[in-house]
Amino acid sequence: MTVIKIEHLSKSFGRNQVLKDVNFQVEKGEVVCLIGSSGSGKSTLLRCINLLEIPSGGQIIYQGENILDEKHNIQEYRTHLGMVFQQFNLFNNHNVLTNCTVGQIKVLKRSKAEAEKIALNYLQIVGMDQYVHAKPRQLSGGQKQRVAIARALSMNPDVMLFDEPTSALDPEMVGEVLKVMRRLADEGNTMLIVTHEMEFAKEVADRVVFMDKGVIVEEGPPAQVLVNPKHERTKEFLKRTLK
Amino acid sequence: MSLEWIISIVQNNWQMFLRGAYYTLLISVIGTIIGALIGFFIGIMHTIKIRKKGIKFYSLKLVNFILTCYVEFFRGTPMIVQAMVMYYGLDIAFGIDMHFITAGILVVSLNTGAYMAEIVRGGIVSIDRGQYEAASAIGMNHLQIMLNVVLPQVARNVLPATGNQLIMNIKDTAVLNVISVTELFFQTKSIAGNNFRYFESFFVACVLYFIMTFTASRILLYVEKRLDGPDAYQKQSKETL
Repeated sequence: MTVIKIEHLSKSFGRNQVLKDVNFQVEKGEVVCLIGSSGSGKSTLLRCINLLEIPSGGQIIYQGENILDEKHNIQEYRTHLGMVFQQFNLFNNHNVLTNCTVGQIKVLKRSKAEAEKIALNYLQIVGMDQYVHAKPRQLSGGQKQRVAIARALSMNPDVMLFDEPTSALDPEMVGEVLKVMRRLADEGNTMLIVTHEMEFAKEVADRVVFMDKGVIVEEGPPAQVLVNPKHERTKEFLKRTLK
Repeated sequence: MSLEWIISIVQNNWQMFLRGAYYTLLISVIGTIIGALIGFFIGIMHTIKIRKKGIKFYSLKLVNFILTCYVEFFRGTPMIVQAMVMYYGLDIAFGIDMHFITAGILVVSLNTGAYMAEIVRGGIVSIDRGQYEAASAIGMNHLQIMLNVVLPQVARNVLPATGNQLIMNIKDTAVLNVISVTELFFQTKSIAGNNFRYFESFFVACVLYFIMTFTASRILLYVEKRLDGPDAYQKQSKETL
């Protein structure tokens, strides 16, 4: 079953065209890794999917409807997507627990008790349940990112979007975040991950998408794209990153 | 001897001094609170972004233009002049005969509001874009983002500036004596006018002003500390969860 389908998506910032006619879809339970060099448009694609950037053209189909239609409720759509940012972006005025409950209570209208129960469950999964009273400024990068993952999961989204979740972390902390993500992948979550972690992509992804200069150059199972790439540009990119 | 005079002035006039100090505090505290609310309102209005050019877009532009005029006018003229213009002007133009305390609070509020507007706008702009993005990503609308994520952080960040404003207001209410608000300066002038001991009388006023401003700044520091919470957090053991 297709969760999100993107058709002819384009995005320009002024005269600079960042995405050109991108066609792409995510199936339920699938783990897709987006790779490519900086400026290739992979982060922009991810941000277009949850409308943090408004696409210049094309369609985003979710549950059979184009969510770029004027009448569509953007806020409602976004609750079905969980977003994890490179810079964590935990709410600085909330502690670990309320970071995970504020969206549930205000947006999904869950009761406080229910929201806390759900939040604690996910905080336990990411191993941060002992830190419920800590403020973001008191946590390390890896801890913040794990809370951010729990916050996104607490909304029970259909798809989890990860925008370079380990790029701002110390090498030591990358492991703890990837471990959590691996567990989520094993549990059958639908995940779309922009990453530079090639080893992780190779092990966890069902499909790898290589982007360059705003277009999808190549996609397929990791064994194909990462080991035996067809395109010159992909080979070149992998030669430089895998060394 | 000055010291003896000071003691006798305090003994004979302490009720007048205290009443003056009471009005000074009343006007500056209420004025600062209302001013801060005005500031928040204008700061928020100035940071709303409407992409589509329609009726909403242009009405926002118009409202913001009027608000900017207000800010520039009140920042650009002395409070003592504003007090005169408003107290006598409103009487002439609309026949509104305000109670002097109402007039005092009005002048101080509008003045503080003009300064706070820019302080709050700066506070909102300085909040990291990632905070808005994370909040929109979990489906919050603009109002929810403001109330639950942005404004609490802004309030914390503008607290020192608001404290500054309160201290300035405690001192600046002295100019309201020109519209015969019976605050501390006005009272001291009356006392000194009776006993002709200007230095001693105003020395007492000086001490009272300092006590008020110093207490205010200590209280604000305490509030800031309380808002920040403890530096360390308690780890929860598995059993208590």
